[in-house]
Order: sequence, then structure tokens, then C-alpha cells
Amino acid sequence: MRRPINQYNKDYYGGALMIFIGLWAAIQGSTYQLGTLSRMGPGFFPTALGVILAVLGIAIALGARSAPKDAPEEKALAPEWRGWSCIIGSCVAFIVIAKWGGFVPATFAITFISAMGDRDNSVKDATLLSIAMVVICIVVFWWALKMPFQLFAWGTA
Amino acid sequence: MIEQALSDLLKGFDVALQPHNFLWSFVGVLVGNLIGVLPGLGPLSAISILLPLTFTMHPIPAILMLAGIFYGSQYGGAIGAILLNLPCHPPHAVTCLDGYPMTKAGKGGTALGITMIASFFAASFGIMVMIFASPLLVEIAFKFGPAELFSIMLLGLICGGTMSRGSPVKGVAMTVVGLLIGIVGTDVNSGVARFTFGFVELTDRVELVALALGLFGVTEFLRSVNRMHVVGSGMRVRIRDMRPSWAELKQSFFPMLRGTLVGTAFGAMPGTGPTITTFVAYAIERKVSKTPERFGYGALEGVASPEASSHSKTQVDFIPTMSLGIPGDAVMALILGALIIQGIQPGPQLITEHADLFWGLIASFWIGNILLVILNVPLIGLWVKVLQVPYRYMFPCAMFFIAIGVYSTNNSLFEVNEVLVFGVVGAIFMALDFPVAPILLGYVLGPLVEENFRRAMLLSRGDLTVFFQAHTHPIATTFLTISILLVVGQLFFAARAAHRERKLKVPKGAAAVVE
Repeated sequence: MRRPINQYNKDYYGGALMIFIGLWAAIQGSTYQLGTLSRMGPGFFPTALGVILAVLGIAIALGARSAPKDAPEEKALAPEWRGWSCIIGSCVAFIVIAKWGGFVPATFAITFISAMGDRDNSVKDATLLSIAMVVICIVVFWWALKMPFQLFAWGTA
Repeated sequence: MIEQALSDLLKGFDVALQPHNFLWSFVGVLVGNLIGVLPGLGPLSAISILLPLTFTMHPIPAILMLAGIFYGSQYGGAIGAILLNLPCHPPHAVTCLDGYPMTKAGKGGTALGITMIASFFAASFGIMVMIFASPLLVEIAFKFGPAELFSIMLLGLICGGTMSRGSPVKGVAMTVVGLLIGIVGTDVNSGVARFTFGFVELTDRVELVALALGLFGVTEFLRSVNRMHVVGSGMRVRIRDMRPSWAELKQSFFPMLRGTLVGTAFGAMPGTGPTITTFVAYAIERKVSKTPERFGYGALEGVASPEASSHSKTQVDFIPTMSLGIPGDAVMALILGALIIQGIQPGPQLITEHADLFWGLIASFWIGNILLVILNVPLIGLWVKVLQVPYRYMFPCAMFFIAIGVYSTNNSLFEVNEVLVFGVVGAIFMALDFPVAPILLGYVLGPLVEENFRRAMLLSRGDLTVFFQAHTHPIATTFLTISILLVVGQLFFAARAAHRERKLKVPKGAAAVVE
């Protein structure tokens, strides 16, 4: 079974994405004042860019080719759900925990969660790595660089 | 004029050798070298992680340090390419072709030695070009009005978009996306908040560091997690091995020279990335060689020439960036962004208005390159060890440094959100084969392009033909003509490639390239 997005039809999706972004920017941009060429309003440039992007999107989509029937089955990389969700999750965790728990737990969370995204890392490895980062966070960023953040915060920041 | 340049240069050495400036330049070179060696991190991530640190610094040490990181990491990148077949930074992909076979043949030390010599030679040449070309730019600088600036920037954007890897149309599309991201924020002329999605934080533009770290940090991790496996080679390189023999030096002299010239030519052209430079240098070397069959199996020329080209380009790249405000590639766009953050407007007036910065930077290049040679000889053993740091330890640490680095730009967590969004968006673009580097170029140049276009139109009372009035705006006309030729040329080559493909009777539908 061929995957829904493969190297042959990638450009359809890419082009469609560009058309979407372009049209959105043009529509949104035209809600600001357009003005005239000699006295451009804030909406002129974004609208123009949006239209250009949509045109480029059409060109990209037209250039896409459909998969030939006898095309060899591509060896696409399997989706890496674990790695992706851990990296994105670690970032979200950092933002949330830094706000309501302080930077020490946030630092631990971002390092630990993203480390767990790699299949070869054991919990012990990830914990040691995270502790090292917490030490760096406290010594380098809080103590030496005197960055304004709370190491621990309870409740709202 | 040359005397003037030399005396300016001497002043520059004065600036660069001030202990404070020298120290930061040294730090930049060392950190850059280290990060360049680390697998998976290139100059882009190195500069963006350290960029927030420079916000509180004086502009001169800040720029000296950032520049040091840039060429330091290039040095470091070659080490990984030669010893582990690992191009940490795309331009070094070519170095792998012959560098790694040399390592397998037990000549890795020699390859490193030649790389070092080639880099130093090429960098010195690039610096000389900078010294003598800069006064010429000052001469023409006062002729630049909004129409000229707009047309040069347009050329830079088109070059940056079309000359990156992959399809030119996609590159240009990404440049436009970058320009749109550059629009986010308050319009300086009318005070209207554009594309802010209701976030107060966005009225102050998208944060440069957040965009760069998202696109080049998080995106990269999302793509490489569990897919990048570095095998430690456990090989040792002794200092003694790094000294090439006379025969080897003689063999690599002309390739070095040719590479340097290629790099210089490409550096002066705005918008041509470093990757294309090294590939062209390698291709030329293979063409002129009497024994092209040796290439790919450890030909010394295949290491010397691309490395020389990338280093002379790195130096010459600073000319369009600093004097015209047109960054050659994404790294230069970052440095340009750093200059703007420091309140220094890059452009024709920079050389005269900030002479101390400009000449101090040139002098620091030389000092930095000498430092690199001195550093790399004893430290090579350490770098080999650093190379073996597994990716699985590195990227979680980098995630933390990214988060805290971005936080420090405004001491707010909102920017961390931006990083995440741009990281995911960048990964989607990359998955659809869009190059992401032009986004940064578009973002940095966006406001300048809009501003100058508006001004040019205001001055010409809305007459678009103003850019083509050769008698009043010769510079603008020239640059726009080059831009058009470039686009037409790209279309022509794309059409010809499609035509050939059709001739070869590829399955129907495969050749429909509309560009």
C-alpha cells in the first residue's frame, strides 16, 4: 500500500498549502486599508504577497506528477510518533511548568521528556541528563548570568 | 584609496585586539568550533542559541563573537565530515565524498591538515578581497535611494530563493512565506497591527531567535530523532599525522586556489548559498583533473578545493551583508538580524558610519582564523572525542538550551510558544520538500523591502516604471534586469530539463513541469 503522501504527489499538497496560506494572507491583508500605489496603506503589501504566494502555489501544484503505475514501492521512513510527540510535548511541558512550577522542574521536564523520545535512552540515562541540565540551569543561567526567573514557583507565576 | 583602506585596517586591528573584543572573538571561535564538531548542530543553531546572549553586549564584541561562531563552526564541520562521513552542515556533504575515504585509508590526519591549510589560505584571500572591495562600495553607496535598495533586495531574495537546494519555485514560495512572517506586527507607517491573531506579544514582530531556533533547531530534531545514528569510530588522530608532505601540499595548491576563487565569486553574489559553492568547486576540480576516476575514493583535491571555497565564501559573504544589507544565506540573515537588533542599520552607509565595527570585524577575521589554526592542532584529539557524543544525549540538552535561550530574549514564555509553532511548521514544510532557509531570509528582509518599496512608490507618485528608468536609476535598472534574467534563465533550464525528460520517454505525466 502506498502512503497517502508520497514523493510523487507531495507537490499537490505543497502547492495546496501555499495556495491556502496565500489566499488567507490576501483576504486577511485586504481587511486592512489598501491605499493606492503612490500612498500604500498597511494592507497593500500583505495582500500583494498573498496573491503572489497563491500563484506560486498553483505553479507548484501543476508541476506535481501523479505516481506512475509501475513506480517502485518507495521505502518511506516510518512516521516517528514517539519522537515527535515527545519533542513537542517537552516544549509544551516547559512552557506550562515554567509558568506554574518554576524553572527547575521545567528544565527537568523538557530534557527528560525529549530524551525519552529517543528509543535508545533508558529512564536512568534521561534522569541523569536532566539532572545535569538542572545544574547548568541553576549555576549558569540563574546564578552566573542572573537571568530573571524563579527556580520554584507555586501556583501562578 | 588603497592606502586609506590599509590605514583603516590598522585601526581595525586596534579595535579587534582590545582585550575585551579579543576575548569575545576567542570565545566565539572556540564555541563555534565545538558546536560545529557536535553532530547535528551547524552554525545556524550555534548562532541562534547564542544570539540572545549578545543582546546586552556592546555591538562590536557581539558581532565579533557571532562571526567567530560562524567560521569556527565551519572549521568544526569539516572534522565530522572527514572523520565520520557525517555532514553536520550541508556544505560539507561534498567534503565527505573524498574526506571519508581518506580516513578509511588511514590518511584522515592529512585530510584534516590540508583542510586547515586550505581554509586559512582561502579565508586570508577572502579577507584581502573585503579590504580592497569595501572602499569601492563606499564610493557608490551615496547613490542609493529607496528604488535601488528595493531592487537589490529583490535580487537577493530571488537568488536566495532559487539557488537553494531543490525546486526554485518552492524556494521562492518559502521566501514569500518569510516575507509574510516579517509583516506580522505593527505597521510603522500607520500603526495598524497586522496578522497578530489578537496576541499583544506579536505586535512587536515575530522574534528572530524564536523563528531561527524553531526552523533550524526543533525542525531538525523532529526530523532526525531516532533516525540519526552516529557510530563512534574510535580512531585516533595524532598531530604528527596532520602535517601533509611536500608532495601533498604541491598536489593540493592549485585546487586550493581554484576553490578560493570559486568561493570568492559566489560570495560576492548575494543569495547564493554555501552548499552550491562547495558543489561547484568540487565539480570544477573533477573536470580539470587528469585522473577524475580517483574522485570519490580519497582524492586530496576533492577535499582541498571545496573546503577552500566554503571558507573564502564565508569571508566574502560579509561584503553584501554589511554593505548592501543583503544576506547571502540564512546564517548571514541571522547576523544581519543581530546587527539590526543592535541598532546598526546595515547598508551602504555602514562602512563609513560604523568604521570601527566594520574594520574591527575584518581584522578579527584574521585573528580568528589564526586562533583556529592554533587551537585545532592541539585540540584535535578532543574534537574526535566530542564527535562521539551520541545524538540521543545531545538533542535533549539542545532542547533545553533552545527553550532558555529564547526565554531570555524577552524574559517571556510566549517566545517559547513561537519556537514550537515554527518548529512544527518547518517540519511540515521540510516533509513536503520545501527548503526552510529562505524563510529566514524573507523574514529579515521583509520590513526593509516593504519600507523601501513604499518610499520608492511615494517618490515616483505610484509610477511602477521608475525602476526601469535607466537614465535616472541606472543601479536599480541593472539589478532588476539581473533578477529578471535569473528568473527567465531558471524557467529556461527547468523547461529544457522537462523537455529532455520527455524525450527519454519517461512514463507519461512525469515531465509536466510548469514553472
